[in-house]
Amino acid sequence: MTPTLQAFVLVSGALFSIGLLAALSRRHAIFILIGIELMLAAANLNFIAFWHFAPQPHQPTGVMFAIFSIAISAAEAAIGLAMVIAVYRHYHTTNVDQLDQLKG
Amino acid sequence: MSNAAFVIIAIFTLAAALAAATLRKLMHAALSFAVALVGLAALFFLLGAEFVGLALVFIYIGAVAVLIVFTILLTRRDVGKDRGFNWAGVLIALAVFCGLTWSILKTQSLSIVAPHIRALTVKRIGEALMTGYVWPLQCVGLLLTAALIGALILVMEEKR
Repeated sequence: MTPTLQAFVLVSGALFSIGLLAALSRRHAIFILIGIELMLAAANLNFIAFWHFAPQPHQPTGVMFAIFSIAISAAEAAIGLAMVIAVYRHYHTTNVDQLDQLKG
Repeated sequence: MSNAAFVIIAIFTLAAALAAATLRKLMHAALSFAVALVGLAALFFLLGAEFVGLALVFIYIGAVAVLIVFTILLTRRDVGKDRGFNWAGVLIALAVFCGLTWSILKTQSLSIVAPHIRALTVKRIGEALMTGYVWPLQCVGLLLTAALIGALILVMEEKR
């Protein structure tokens, strides 16, 4: 008995929801970045799972998509953490609720 | 690909991800994030995508998790003040989870078993990257260079 595509997609959905939980409910900017990374990782799991269960798996399409997605999320993490450090220098806080200077 | 291995790895990954999302201490959360990514890489190995699993370990655990730990150490002064928890966000995440699970369980065409596949070698991936995917590869290289320069400019000391 081997797991079906449904099991992998369920795990991916749960991982996405956990990432959303971290991104929406925490106040610390680094937690929000961790949540976004978890959501991107869940999307990668979906790419690989659908590639594995596809009718013609000798085409490396899903693997290519996952590789490019990983590269882009690495760039996103670098920029995001640089922004966290820049914001911390200005306001001496990383709590996103206190960064309300642009609030009307 | 056995069912027991899948269940164990899935529970391990989801538990570590939940710890990363809910732990109070930032450093513990970052380390659980790295553990969750190890589990995810194991799932990729189970799916026959060894190269992507290795790339995940190298890039996420070797670079992104270390970067997160560095940032935590550089912005350490207000780590102790992270108390509040936004319950509206918890409700939204729970609703999204229920909706996703319901729609996945309702979809009949997802309950298929994998076809017999030939292993995808690294040679094949390299050939594909250098022939059919050469333009996306160059664009990603440009993007990573731009991200590197942008991150450097963002964290440079401002002149007064």
